[in-house]
Amino acid sequence: MAKPKVATTSLCGCFGCHMSLLDIDERILELVDLVEFDRSPINDIKSIEHPVDIGLVEGGCANEDNVRVLQEFRRQCKVLVSVGDCATNGGLPSLRNLVPLEECLREAYLDGPTVHNDSGRIPDDEEIPLLLSRVKPCHEIVEVDYHLPGCPPSADAFWAAITALLEGHAPELPYLLCKYD
Amino acid sequence: MSAVRDEAVHEICARFGNDATRLLDVVRAINQRLDCIDGEAMEAIAEALHLTRADVEGVVSFYSFLSTRPHGNIVIRLCDDVIDKMKGADEIASEFEHALGIRVGETTPDGRISLTTTSCIGMSDQAPAALVNDVVLPRLSLSEVRRVVRLLQAHPDGTDLRSLLVDSYGGGNNAHDLVRSAVDNSIRQAGPVLFGHMERGAALRKALALSPVEVIRVVKASRLRGRGGGGFPTGVKWEHTRGGQDERYVVCNADEGEPGTFKDRVLLTERADLVFEGMTIAGYAIGAGHGVLYLRAEYAYLREYLEHVLRERRQAGLLGTGLGGRKAFEFDIRIQMGAGAYICGEETALIESMEGKRGQPRLKPPFPASHGYLDKPTCVNNVETYCCAARILEQGAPWFSALGSKASTGTKLLSVSGDCKRPGVYEVPFGISVRELLGLCDGTGAAAVQIGGPSGRMVPPSEFGRTICFDDLATGGAVMVFDQHRDLLEIASEFLRFFIHESCGYCTPCRVGNSLLKERLDRIRAGHGSTDDVGYLRDLSATIAATSRCGLGWTSPNPVLSTLDGFPGQYERRLRDASYSLEEDTREARLIRNGRANGRGSSEGGSAAETTGVDGSDRERREATDVSGEAKR
Repeated sequence: MAKPKVATTSLCGCFGCHMSLLDIDERILELVDLVEFDRSPINDIKSIEHPVDIGLVEGGCANEDNVRVLQEFRRQCKVLVSVGDCATNGGLPSLRNLVPLEECLREAYLDGPTVHNDSGRIPDDEEIPLLLSRVKPCHEIVEVDYHLPGCPPSADAFWAAITALLEGHAPELPYLLCKYD
Repeated sequence: MSAVRDEAVHEICARFGNDATRLLDVVRAINQRLDCIDGEAMEAIAEALHLTRADVEGVVSFYSFLSTRPHGNIVIRLCDDVIDKMKGADEIASEFEHALGIRVGETTPDGRISLTTTSCIGMSDQAPAALVNDVVLPRLSLSEVRRVVRLLQAHPDGTDLRSLLVDSYGGGNNAHDLVRSAVDNSIRQAGPVLFGHMERGAALRKALALSPVEVIRVVKASRLRGRGGGGFPTGVKWEHTRGGQDERYVVCNADEGEPGTFKDRVLLTERADLVFEGMTIAGYAIGAGHGVLYLRAEYAYLREYLEHVLRERRQAGLLGTGLGGRKAFEFDIRIQMGAGAYICGEETALIESMEGKRGQPRLKPPFPASHGYLDKPTCVNNVETYCCAARILEQGAPWFSALGSKASTGTKLLSVSGDCKRPGVYEVPFGISVRELLGLCDGTGAAAVQIGGPSGRMVPPSEFGRTICFDDLATGGAVMVFDQHRDLLEIASEFLRFFIHESCGYCTPCRVGNSLLKERLDRIRAGHGSTDDVGYLRDLSATIAATSRCGLGWTSPNPVLSTLDGFPGQYERRLRDASYSLEEDTREARLIRNGRANGRGSSEGGSAAETTGVDGSDRERREATDVSGEAKR
C-alpha cells in the first residue's frame, strides 16, 4: 500500500508553525516512514500535481496568491487543516483590517516616517499579487475540516493531530496541548 | 442654574423623606424637572441621601428613561422591536427625522425636542407606536407623524401633551378622564376568568371570611401557577412567604417588558380593581401590611387612573385599616414607577430597583419569599396571577381548576401580534394548540410562531399541533406570528440586539457572549458563514445559558437555538450560498493600483469610487490626497 501523502504550505504566516512542526525532533524520522511529503516548503515542491490525503495550511489569506494556493489545496486535499492562529483567525496580519487598505499602502510606501521611495508611487508591478480588502482566515474562503489552534501549535499538538488523522479519526487535543501560558 | 438645581434636588429628596431606598423616584422626578441629571445634580443627590456619587451615577446610567446629558423637555421614543419594524417603524423614524430636521439620538437646535428609540413599549398589536413623554401614539402613519411634529413645534412649553396630541380615544377605560389615550384594548376573546363579570370587593369579602391559612389552601387547591411564564405554584409561594413576626410585602410585577407582550396593559386598563383585589387577598393570606405595584415607565399614562382606583378602594373600605371589620388587618398599596429596563421584570432585579438601586438580579437562594424587598419576606407575582387569585377566591377553586389542562389550570391571556389579521389579547384555556390559536387570530398563513417572546421558542409549522401550557410551550403571554416572507434569521438577530441592549452587564457570559453570538449569526446571514460557525453558535449558546447569572442569560440564546432546531434550512441555505469571490475581494486593491493613489486616469478613479460604494466625503478626501505622478508605461 502506498504511503499517505501530506502537503503543507504557508500563506500569510511567518513560517513559525512550520518551525514548530520541525520541533517534533527525532519523530520526524518516524513521520517520514509513515507518510510521503508532497508540496511543502520543507522539500520546496511548488505545486500539488495529484490528490493528497492531508493538507496543512499555515497563515491566513492576505492576497490573491494566498487565495489561489488555498483553493488548490482544497481541491487536492482530502482533509484540510488550518494550522495556527493566522489560518484559524487571521492572526497578526489581520490587524491591518482596522485600517482602510489604501491608508495601509500609503503608510507603507509613501507617508511612513522611515519611507525612502524616490518614485513616489505604491509598487504596482503586475507580478505583485493584489491584496485583499481584508485579511481572512482560511475557512472564510474554502471549507476547512479541522483547526489546530496555537501561535504556533506546539510540536506535540502537531504530532497528536497528524497521527490521529493518519489513524483515520478526528484529532482530540488534551487540555495541556492547548494551554499556552 | 445651580441655585435652581440645588433647590429642585433638595425639594424632591425631601418629598421622598431623604430615603435612599426611594432613589429611583428621586432621580425620575429630577430628570423630569431638569431634563437631565448632570454630575453636579448627582453630587447633590448623593449628599442629600447619604449615598456616594457612584451609587447615584450607577442608577442614573442604568435606566434608559434617565439621562446624564441634557435632552429636550419633550422626548419622542420610537419603539424599535421586531413587530414595529415589520409594520414600518423604520419609515416612521425617517419621517420623524425629516420633519424635525434631526437624527435619531439628537435634540432639536432649540433644545426642546429629543428623538430616540426604545425597546418594546407594549403596543405590538397597534404597531408602529411611539411615546411622546408619557403619551402613547399607536398606529402611526407618515401623515400622523407630520401632524404630531407640527403640533409639537407650534405649541409653547408646558402645554398638556395629552390634550394636544390625542384626538380620539380608544375603547373602554382608555377614554376615562384620567387616561385619555388613543390606545385600543383590542380584546379579541374574553374568557370567564379575567373578563367575566366581577363586582368590586366580592372576592375580598369571601377571602376575609376565611382564615389566612384557608385562603392559601384554596389557592393551592386551584393549582394556580405564576402567569409571568415561570409557572411556580402560587399557593406554595404564598405559604413560604407566610409566618414569622417580620414585616412582609406583596409586590405586583407590572414591568411587562418581554417584547410582544401587552396583556398586562389591558388588565391594568380594564381590570385594575381585580389586580388590587388579588394583591389585597395576598396581603391578607401572608400577613403583609404593604403592597407595591411596580409599573413600567412605558405605562406611565395609566398611573393617574390607577391611583384613582386605589383612592376609590380606600373610600370603599377595601384598602387601609380595619379591612372587612378585622381590626388586625390593614393593607395599602403604592405604585412604584420603573424607568425603562427590561431586566427589572426579573423578580430580584425588580426588588433591587424598588429599593432605589440598579436593576441587577440577585443570586438565588435566598428567594424573595424569605429575603425580598428591604430584606423582608416578599411575595412577587405577575399582574395576571393576582387577577386569577381574586377570581379563585370569588368563584372557588373547583370552578377554576375545571378550566384548562390538568397541570395548567385556568385560562391564559395571550398577546398576539405580527402577521395575523386579528392582533390583540385572547383569553384562552390552557392546552390550546398553536394551530387553534392561529385559527382564532386569522394567522393561517404563518410560517413560524414565536411563543414567549424573544426568550421563548420559534415554533415551525410541523409543531403547530403543540399546546400552550406549562408542560409544553410555556409563555408569559407573547405570541408573534411570522409569515413566509419574513427572514427568521434577521428576526433572531433583532432579538439578540434586544438582549445585548437589555443585559445589565454584571456577568461576562451575558454581557460579552450575546454580542459574540450576534456577530457570528450576522456573519452567517451575510453569506460568510461556514459549518464551523453553526457549531460555534451551539457551543457559545450552551456556555451563555449555563454560566449566566439570571434568566436573561439563561434564555437569551433561545432565538438562535430554536431557529437552529426548527429551521435548519434557513442556516444551510446561507452556508451553501457562501461562494467566495476573489474578484470582489481584490477590487479595492485593483482600483488603487490602477489609478487613485498613483495618480492615474481620473475617470477610472471616479467610477472606482462609485462601484465600491465609497461615500462622497470619503471620495473627496481620497482625491484630495492623490499624489500626482506620471502615468505608468
